Formats: sequence, structure tokens, C-alpha cells
Amino acid sequence: MTDLSKTGAAVGEPVNAPSDAPNAFLEVRDLKVHFPTDDGLVKSVDGLSFSLEKGKTLSIVGESGSGKSVTSLAIMGLHRLGPRGKNVQMSGEIWLDGQELVNASPDDVRKLRGQQMSMIFQDPLSAMHPYYKIGDQIVEAYRVHHDVSKKVARKRAIEMLDRVGIPEPAKRVDGYPHEFSGGMRQRAMIAMALVNNPELLIADEPTTALDVTVQAQILDLIRDLQKEFGSAVVLITHDLGVVAEIADDVLVMYGGRCVERGPVDEIFETPQHPYTWGLLGSMPRIDRETSDRLIPVKGQPPSLINVPSGCAFHPRCPYADIPKGDVTRTVRPELELVPGGHWSACHLPAADRTRIWTEEIAPKL
Amino acid sequence: MILLLVVSAVTFGIFFLLPRLAGQTADQLAQQYIGKSPSAADIAAVKHNLGLDQPLYLQYWHFIKGIVAGATYNLGPTTVHCNAPCFGYSFKDHVEVWPQLTSRLPVTVSLAAGAAVLWLVSGVTVGVISALKPRSFFDRAFMGVALAGVSLPMFFTGNLAILLFTYQWPIFGRTYVPFTENPAQWANTLFPAWCSLALLYSAIYARLTRSGMLETMNEDFIRTARAKGLRERNVVVKHGLRAALTPIITVFGMDLGLLLGGALITESVFSLHGIGQYAVQSIESNDLPPILGVTLLAAFFVVIANLLVDLLYAAADPRVRLS
Amino acid sequence: MRRSALAAVAAIGAATLLMAGCSKADDSKSDNGGTKAAGANAATKDVVNASTHKGGTVTYELSDVPDSFDPGNTYYAYMYNFSRLYARPLMTFEPGPGSKGNTLVPDLAASKGVSSDGGKTWTYKLRSGLKYQDGTAITSKDVKYAVERSNFARDVLSLGPNYFQQFLVGGKDYKGPYKDKSAEGLKSIATPDDTTIVFHLNTAFQEFDYLVAAPQTAPVPQAKDTGVDYVKNIVSSGSYQFSSYEDGKSATLVRNKNWDPKTDPLRKQYPDKIVVNLKVNADTIDKDVLAGNAIDMGGTGVQAATQAQLLTSADKKAGTDNTFGGRLVYMAINTKVAPFTNVQCRKAVEYAIDKVSVQTAEGGPIRGEIATTVLPPDITGYVKDDQYASTGNKGDVAKAKAALQACGKTTISTNLSARSDRPQEISAATAIINSLKAVGINASLKQYPSGKYFTDYAGVPKFTEQQNIGLIMMQWGADWPSGYGFEQQILNGAAIGASGNTNLSQYDNKTVNNLLSKAIGTEDVTTRNSMYAQVDKQTMSDAVLVPLTYFKVLLARPANYSNLVSTAAFSGQYDYLNIGTTK
Repeated sequence: MTDLSKTGAAVGEPVNAPSDAPNAFLEVRDLKVHFPTDDGLVKSVDGLSFSLEKGKTLSIVGESGSGKSVTSLAIMGLHRLGPRGKNVQMSGEIWLDGQELVNASPDDVRKLRGQQMSMIFQDPLSAMHPYYKIGDQIVEAYRVHHDVSKKVARKRAIEMLDRVGIPEPAKRVDGYPHEFSGGMRQRAMIAMALVNNPELLIADEPTTALDVTVQAQILDLIRDLQKEFGSAVVLITHDLGVVAEIADDVLVMYGGRCVERGPVDEIFETPQHPYTWGLLGSMPRIDRETSDRLIPVKGQPPSLINVPSGCAFHPRCPYADIPKGDVTRTVRPELELVPGGHWSACHLPAADRTRIWTEEIAPKL
Repeated sequence: MILLLVVSAVTFGIFFLLPRLAGQTADQLAQQYIGKSPSAADIAAVKHNLGLDQPLYLQYWHFIKGIVAGATYNLGPTTVHCNAPCFGYSFKDHVEVWPQLTSRLPVTVSLAAGAAVLWLVSGVTVGVISALKPRSFFDRAFMGVALAGVSLPMFFTGNLAILLFTYQWPIFGRTYVPFTENPAQWANTLFPAWCSLALLYSAIYARLTRSGMLETMNEDFIRTARAKGLRERNVVVKHGLRAALTPIITVFGMDLGLLLGGALITESVFSLHGIGQYAVQSIESNDLPPILGVTLLAAFFVVIANLLVDLLYAAADPRVRLS
Repeated sequence: MRRSALAAVAAIGAATLLMAGCSKADDSKSDNGGTKAAGANAATKDVVNASTHKGGTVTYELSDVPDSFDPGNTYYAYMYNFSRLYARPLMTFEPGPGSKGNTLVPDLAASKGVSSDGGKTWTYKLRSGLKYQDGTAITSKDVKYAVERSNFARDVLSLGPNYFQQFLVGGKDYKGPYKDKSAEGLKSIATPDDTTIVFHLNTAFQEFDYLVAAPQTAPVPQAKDTGVDYVKNIVSSGSYQFSSYEDGKSATLVRNKNWDPKTDPLRKQYPDKIVVNLKVNADTIDKDVLAGNAIDMGGTGVQAATQAQLLTSADKKAGTDNTFGGRLVYMAINTKVAPFTNVQCRKAVEYAIDKVSVQTAEGGPIRGEIATTVLPPDITGYVKDDQYASTGNKGDVAKAKAALQACGKTTISTNLSARSDRPQEISAATAIINSLKAVGINASLKQYPSGKYFTDYAGVPKFTEQQNIGLIMMQWGADWPSGYGFEQQILNGAAIGASGNTNLSQYDNKTVNNLLSKAIGTEDVTTRNSMYAQVDKQTMSDAVLVPLTYFKVLLARPANYSNLVSTAAFSGQYDYLNIGTTK
């Protein structure tokens, strides 16, 4: 495992052959995305690896600034088009259906965007152009990749609006984003994202801006559509409730790195990392007593410029002193396969982890 | 309705305040329109002819009536009827104000329209390029030029343009030719004036566009447009510029409306007989009716421009559209 | 005082300084005109570029607008000059250099006026064969009508002077042709036949020929007179007629076919066309003039920046004329404000002032020669004199202090008024204040806008007395170039008015008053002129005003134009009657 000192590992099995074409539909290897700023180098993503098969859903969870959104933008190739995109430093590999994207030409990646991979954003109001009709925006998305007449594209747009459950699609197609409700807007956004039958759908906090009741509908919609189109879905969220609902696999990010990942049941049943425990503790649950609801993870998310030494989570970890010596402060823990069948990066001895989880954490949840 | 109210409030203000600036009493005002050592009888006669012997509210009433219904003046052997809209007779030149305004309007419109096209195109282009490559050499160079453009007075740029383009390299004509007479000559003679005026404004518009674009290009919908796989050029023009342009339209409309009321300095520097020059000339000679006429016309243009801007804005931004 | 367009030009001066550095463009263009420049001040000595070449277009440019093109409704010197192209007065001035231009010659009249009754009755015979542009005959009745409309319909045509109203018998009661519809009109102007006109004056006036040289005597056909609107349809009696007129913008004149050279020894009708462009940027005018293709109609001289350019090059200087402008720049001493009621205190001021510093403040020798008399050298009656001479005109502190002592004072505290919108006047006043301080006279500067200087401030005796304004900055030019025309309004006690006063010193000296009224009744020119000199001398010994500079202008001579001669009769402007073009 010496070669893992610098890399992470993929869900299921460790990465071993960096430049070989992978078997998985989407495979990310040792992805690093760094933004130089006046204050220093921001290491938004610092050595991330995972893979995903078609028809499966991977949920990336973590606090704001943990690097989950940057990861999704990097896959889409959008990170270098943003305001800080000019100087971005990126390394590693992203394989999508056998094609490597990190070193591909920007125009090649552009042609894949919206076609083979597409994205749903958090706030559909700001993510849609306020001056153009919903229909026109969908038509535009379709015609970028399909050489068809506006009329044909419009038919397709109505069809898509209907598919995502917007009533009277033939009429609503001429509406403006501000005339739609939040849920309807997100449905339209999904229609726009799926108009080209993408094989990879990245949903970045797709339900955060919505009412709870609407959230469920949207998640249902994504799940249904995934089944129908057979796409791979990357769902980015900080809400473990959403994860439980929809994900097959879960990847927990902290400080630009992966701290734990595995099948969703594993993560919920036997989480190994204290940060995951914290996330679970801060998850609102209807069946819980009011008094001990929502135990937030104490402290601030780490600075991505000066990531804490050793385990990046150690300043906030209540169990940082359990391992002997100052290993938590000096040595960065690597992902290790844990007995349950998933991966975790923590210095706590396995026995302690099991004990703390079963005795201290689980009963409170 | 509001339009009428604003314009009439402006008129009222000018009418009652201006005479106070030109001279304390009607006598003193009248005296300015007579030659040397006038007798009291002369002053009284001129005062009577100009209607300055009447109470102010009556003068105001006659002025308003003139605009709506025309007026009759006693200016020598015969009485002269001045058709509506009658803005009165110039105290000094003894000519009707309205034909003066209408004959000068094409000059001012030509100047404003030509310059507006130039500054909008150049300002927006420069602004967009600067915004796309912020802090680049191009951005810094153009924003430097823009700063100079804003800071340099028309006296300087205008005279420099005249010096260079009509004397040093006499490419451009000097005397204004109406558009209807010879469009090529028209553009040729106005070009230096357009450029000078446009330099002043395009600098402002370049900065407006730049900051607007910088802001818009950070918007979520730009990210969405890119996520669709649009070419960057389409993202910038169709999505970015479209959104950044809307507030610029508002400023543009207001600027144009103001300019139509007369570009005082530009017209003076380039010896263009437009509304602005008429205003300067009338102010210099304390000639009340033309000042009133010009101000009223300018107020009218500003109000109309406001209205058009509102309508345009509604057309450009569906969110403010009336349902 | 004929008005000039000075004030409007001043404001642009500052901005033009900016341009000074960038004006290399004109360097190579001085020989464009084909003729080599005739030398500095050539047009003040002789006619420059004399030519009988016919054809072409002569362009006049003005940064201002004239009060009116109507010969009966104007007071500007340049309009007096220019209007003669389309409106012939009874008399006019001979086109000649400098003060030779002050010579009166008959124009519409066949000869000079014949006076009888000791100068109270003046008779003029018109030339025969005179016609308007439409071919109808010009009669003496048209001249009478022109005088009536311009002097008596003051409610309609108010912009010209009204000397005829003052001097004609019954002038105070006649209401003008628009109100008085009687066929006879004003009785004191008689037209016994179509070529004779007789003026009956209420006082002996031996300079009446000067009065009828005003454009107000140019004939106007009554049937065509539309009051103030006449300006739009002026019927020409001169060598050119209007082909277009746009108020405030431009005018174009073409040859008048019905003008007969046999009736006119003065006009030559050289150019085909004459164009007047109004409201032209002052810098543009300078450039056009230097390029040889325009005349500065206002005759106010080049801008400061252009002046600097012209004077640094001998070659360019050769194309300029630095002429007197028929004006005196002076400071009146208010004899009604203590302690200047005492002549010794006034003399202290006369001695104290360093005129060189004032001249420098005004813009140097190009803008004015140091003055020591009331009458400028280009006005008939001028005699060289300097009663308060000092070494190098720098003032005499010792004599000033002695005069102050004789007045019984060691210090004086007073105010000096000047026009706030005339920067040169302000800097001159500042220089004066510095001179005065050295002898113990403390004057503080009071600034008033020129538009109301005479109606509200300096020209209101009561105001000056209340505000302790003992010293008043002033400029004066005459309506006609004689001692009377110059002195009457500023030195005669009878001219003091409650408002709009121009006798700012409130000088009311019997000797002076008598001399002036006697002079105007004296037929002999030499005697008359010596009387003006006497008035000048008396004024100076009474120390009621301090002459500062004889105003001068720097004109650039357009190289392509012919027959240029600077005349004192029109404030040093070129005589506009026969300017042609060689192009």
C-alpha cells in the first residue's frame, strides 16, 4: 500500500494502474484542483479518487468548502471557465466512458458537456437566464448538440417538460423562469439537463433551495429518470437524508479529501469516521426527541490554504487524543478497508471506533 | 399625465426664477434689450412690448396660452401672429423661438445620434473585451484611455480633433450639411464632433459595460450556459452581454435624452448651430423666451427619454413586464 | 459707446492656452496664399494686397451674434462697418489706413452736408440714379423713414443709438412711424423733393456729418418695412444683397445687380459672394484666418494662444496688424466720494499708479499702449500730453505722497470696482491696488458682473457713494471718432444719470461743459479740435480719471484676401467695403 501514500482509493477496490483505461463508466483518479490566490494556494480538491457505474448513484457529502462542488465542476470542465479559472492547477485523471478529460482539449470537453454529461444546479432561479423563456433555454441546450430546426427542438422541449411533470407543458414552454414556482423551476432545470439523454448527470445540491415536500418530489423524479435513462448520477449534497433516499454509494469529503466511502447501507449502519458520525448527528430526523436533535459538528471547516497537519479533522475531533502519541497531528491517515467492507481514513484503532459508535453515537441517533 | 406635470413644473420654475437671475426688476430686464442711454419712456415701451409690465402670473398665463393656442405680437407696423406651439419671441433677436428650435433640432439630433451610435458600439465592445480579460494589458490600456476620455474636457479633445482632422489632415469638412441634402457630407462634417463626444461617453460606457460584464459573468446562469456546452462566444454575447446590457440601456436613454436638449460645449467648440449653442447664446444675452424654449424642449426630451427607457426596460427584462 | 464682442471671447481664452503646445500644424501654411505677407502693421499704413481681381467668396466669421443685421437696429462697430455692403448711409468713412480712415466722405449723399442757421439746419442732396435691389428708385423720403423708424420706434427697434431723437426738433414728442401714421411724419426732417433731405436740429451741431454716417440713415422702403422682421428681408441699397439669412447662424450675400457703380465711388463689388458665419468657435476663427480664408468679423483680435504663436515668429508677425481700437482703458476717480472730493487726493492716485504693471496685467504692449490723455491717438483732437509723467511710467511715489500730504491725509481707505467676468480688468485692478498700497492708499477690489455694471452698480452714483467706491475701472470707445463723440458721455456734467451713468467720475466742471457745447457748435474743425484738446487737458489737471492704456488689438491678416486696410473709424477693424479674394 505504499503507493497509496499520495493517492486515495476507489470505492470497492484500490487504484493501482494510473494510466490504464478503466473499466468503470466514470473513474476519477488522484484528482487535484488547486487555485492560486493572493493569500496562497487553495487546495479545493487534493487527491480524490472514485469510480461510478452507469445506472448507479454516488452521493458526495460534506460541509461547504469541502471540495464537493469543485469536484463536480472539474468533471464538467467548468472549473477553468469560472472567475478564478485562468490560473487553476489541475492534475490527476478523469475518465468518462473511456475518454480522459483532464488533458483533453477544452473544446472536446465542451462537446461532451450537456451531451454526455450534464448538470443540475442548486438554485434554479439564479441558474436560469432571467431574460429568456424556459422553452428557449431548453431549445438552446438541445440545439447545441443536435442539428435540428427550432421547431423540432421546441417539440422536444415540450416533451421533456411533460416528462419531468410540468403541467400544460405546451403553454409553460413560453413562460419565463420567474413565472415558475421553485419546484417547477427545478423540474424545468432537470428537463434542460436531460434533454440530450446524458449518460452522466451531476446534481449539485438539487433540492437545497426547495421546500421539504418538493424536495421529495424532485428526488423521486431524479430516481425515476435515472432508471429510465440508465444514467450514472453524482449527487452532491450536505444532507444525509437525501443520501439515504437515493444513493447507492456514499463519499464523504473533508478538506478536499475523501475521509470515508462505501455503500450507503454501510455508511449509515457502521460509519467509521468521527466526521461521518458528526454528519449523522446533525441530520434532522422526525423520530428523534426534540431535546437532542441536531448535534452540529463543532468548530469551523478547515482552511483549504493551510490544511491542518496530520488528520485534517483533528482540531474538531473529540477523539483526537485517543491514538497514542501525536500521530493524529503529524501523520495523514490513509483510506483503509474496514471490516464492514468500506473505506475510511482515521487513526483511531478499529476497536475504539466500534466501541464509540455502538456505545456513544448510535444510541443518540 | 406625469409627463405633463413634470414639464409644466419645470416651466413654472424657470419662468419665475429666471428673471430674478437676469435682473432684479422688469425695468432692469427691459433695459438690457435697449441701446445706449434709454429714456424712461423707451424702457416703458420695451417693457410693454415684451409684456414685462404685466404681473408675473399673467405673463405665465400668456406664455402657456401661446404654446397651446398661439399668440399675437405687436412688432412694428403690423401685428404678427405666432402659431401654436408659440414659444414666444426672442427679446433680443426679435424672432420666433419655435422655428429657431425646430431648425436647430436636426443639428443636435444628428450630433447626438451619430455620437451615440459610436460610443455605444465602441464603449460596449471595449467594455466586454476588458471584462473577459480583466487585468490584462488590453484591459489596463483601454481603461487608461477611458479614464483619459472621461477626464479630458471637450475644450481639449474637441479643439484637438478640429486641429488634427480639419487643419493638419483636412479629411473632414467644416460646415454642417443637412442629412437630407447630402448624407455623405453630413457624416463627413460631423465625424470629428461625433468622435470627440463619443470619446467622452464611450469611456463611461466601457467602464459600465466592464463592471456589468464582470458581475454578470459570475452569475449562475452563465455557468448553466456553459454547462450546456455552448461555445464561449455565445455564452458571452447571448447570455452575458444580454444581461449586462439592460442597465446600460437605461443610462443610454437618459444620456441621449439629455444630449437632445443640446450639447452645449460640443456645439460651441464645433460651431454647430444646434439647440445647445442656442441656449448658450440666449443665456449670454439674458434672452428669456429662448432660454425658456430650450429648457422646455430639454425637459421634454428628458421626460420622453425616461418614458422610452421604462418601456425599453420592460421589453428587455421580462421580470418588469406588466402582466 | 459702440459695443464690442470682447466679453464673450474672454471666457474661451483659458481653454485655448491648452492648445498652444499643439499648434505646430500651421507652420507650413503661411505661404498658402501665394502672396508674401506685407510686413507687420502694413495695413495700418496702407492698403495691403491691393487688387481689382473680381470673383470668389469672402467669408466673415464671428464668435458671437450681432445685435441685428437691420441697419436701423444695430450698435456694434463691426455691423456699422459691414452693413454698408447692403445699406448705404448718407455719409461714410473713406477706406484708409489708421486715423486717415476717420475722413468723412459722402456715400448716398452727393456731397457733405450743407449747414445753415449756425449748424442747426443740415441739408443733403442725394446722388442721382440710386436704386434698390428690386430696381425701384431710392428717394430722400426713404432716408427720412429710416431715421424715423430707427430712432423713434424705440419700443420695437431699440438696439441702436438715438442721437436723432435727442437732436432733432420735436424729437421728444414724435412717437415713430409705427404709431404715428400721419403722412408727414416727423416735421423736423423735410424732404422738399426726392433727392433732398433737410434736418432741423434743436441745437447747433457741427459734427452732424458723423451722425448721418450711422447705418440709421441708410434708406428703408416703408412698404417693405415689417418692423423687427425687416431683418429677414432687408432691401439692399448697397453693392450686395442677401440671398439667404438664417438668424443666429449665417447669412449669404450676392452681387446686387441693380447697384450702379456710377452712383458709387466707394464700392467696387469684387467678390461674387460674401458669407457670414455666426457663432463660430473663436479658436476656429483664428485658424481659418491664419489659413488665409476668413476675416474675424468682430475685429477683436486673435486669442491669447494664437497671439503667443504669432509673435514668436518674425515670419508670422509680418502677417499681423497691431492697431489701436479707438478705446481708452482707464480708471475713473469718483469726485463725489471722500476724500476724492479733494483734487490733491485724486492727484495722489494719478502719481501713484505704475502704468507698466497695469499694461502688463492687460496683456502687454500688444494689447495697449500706455495712456496719458483722455483721447486715444486715433481719435480726432488727440494732442500728446502727460501731466503726471514719471520715469518709465512706473509711478512717482514721492510726488504721490506729497499730494496726499497736501490733501491732508496719510492714508486713504476706499474701494475699487471692476467687472468680475473680465479677467484682464480684474488683473489690471489688482496691479493698481498694489501701486496704491505703496503710497498709503488702501483700495479693496469690488467685483460686479459686466451685464449690470452700469445699470445696477458702477453706473448708479448713489450706489457708488453708499458703497464708498472711489475708484472705478472703465473702458470707453466713441460712437464716432471725434473728441466730442469721445468726451461728451464721460466728461460732461449733463451726462450724469441716476442709472446707466457713464460719467463715472461724476465730473461736472463748468469749463468743460461749456467747452464741449461750444465746440459742437463751432464750424471750424481746427478750432473745434483744439477745444477737445483743452477739455482733455482740463480733465487731466482736475485728475478725475487715470488713463491706463490706449486699447490695441492684434489682427491676423488673411493671406488670400485683398484690399485690407485697418481703419480707426471702425475700432481698427479692416474696412469691409472692398475686401476681395485672390483665390
